[in-house]
Amino acid sequence: MSLYSIGRSTALLRTSPALVFAAALALAGAYHFVATAEASDEMVVEITIKDHKFEPSALKLPTAKPIKLSVKNLDASAEEFESKDLGFEKVIAGNSGATIRLKPLEAGTYIFYGEYHEDTAKGHIVAE
Amino acid sequence: MLAALVIVFREVLEAGLIVGVVLAASRGVAGRSAAVSLGVLAGIIGSIIVATFAARISEAFDGRGQELFIAAILLFAVVMLAWHVVWMAEHAREMTQQLRKLGSDVGAGTQSLFALGAAVAITVMREGSEVVLFMTGIVIQGKDTAGELFVGSIGGLLLGGAVSLGLYFGLASIPLKRMFSVTGVLVTLLAAGLAASAIQQLSNAGVLNVLDTSLWDTSWLLSETSWPGRILHVLIGYMDRPTGMQLIAYAATAAAIFGLAYTRRAPAGATARPSASLSA
Repeated sequence: MSLYSIGRSTALLRTSPALVFAAALALAGAYHFVATAEASDEMVVEITIKDHKFEPSALKLPTAKPIKLSVKNLDASAEEFESKDLGFEKVIAGNSGATIRLKPLEAGTYIFYGEYHEDTAKGHIVAE
Repeated sequence: MLAALVIVFREVLEAGLIVGVVLAASRGVAGRSAAVSLGVLAGIIGSIIVATFAARISEAFDGRGQELFIAAILLFAVVMLAWHVVWMAEHAREMTQQLRKLGSDVGAGTQSLFALGAAVAITVMREGSEVVLFMTGIVIQGKDTAGELFVGSIGGLLLGGAVSLGLYFGLASIPLKRMFSVTGVLVTLLAAGLAASAIQQLSNAGVLNVLDTSLWDTSWLLSETSWPGRILHVLIGYMDRPTGMQLIAYAATAAAIFGLAYTRRAPAGATARPSASLSA
């Protein structure tokens, strides 16, 4: 894709109503970004991945409080940190970390797992 | 080995299904093979770059980088696909006539080919970067099972490619009269599903906090992690636990594309117009 064609296409995009929708979404996103940028009362919880296992693998967390999961992957290989119950999936490169923000939880049990090593990387959160 | 095959297959399938549908939807457009091939190639190169900087992308914006990056990619793909559907709707009649009578392709402007290639590239890049990270992980670990895992990954790549080709030929075998309507609808719903996924990413990043609780849960009926669930998720944007905002994004995107395609479609009885004069 040459710069020329990108330039031409952006010119075309200016008139494209589809872009208006995307731009509106982006603006809405930016607005909420600003709206939520102020330091909130997030609870920070740390989880490490080592030898394709979570530590801790069982967490007890409070309900009705935003939570920030800080996941450190100590393995050399990447892991996909995923939870269908909590609605996220995030690839974490080897020897690096990632942040996952959880909305205030309702009471219940939420399973999470590492998709790349599903037989060992398993864990759950109990919210109460 | 089987685990590696399944993981790679899953990622490749997600991109492959989209490429298959888009390829079928652009049947009869001259130069589409080149655009799609270039798109795949650019996507693979992009995958390697994204995988290389994965950690830095993830840490950007106070740990929101990956979500914002994926959301941007998804929204870009939505715009490209929308553009493509509308262009195809404008030219469908002409295309059907040409394919039927002459068996020849309709010349497309560089812009519609750009949309096609860009949609493919960005899709391949998103899923491809995960495959690259997974496969480099195998190599880095250097266990004695690495060879076996690698073979499994390659198997997953090939299998994913084969299933996507199967989908393409399945769609391409639909009679021409119906094909453009079927593929147009499919690409539209696919794009709507991507828009809903973008909303989920923005919500996960904490930048979109309205209507973000799931309205229902049909995972007991059809889980998004099951194979049929996964495939429907890619093709028509099936969600087992959609939030209000996701549904709005889905409906708004589908309505916008359908509306645009309907109002801009070639009127009945119109003769083939010079196709290079793309106006959008």
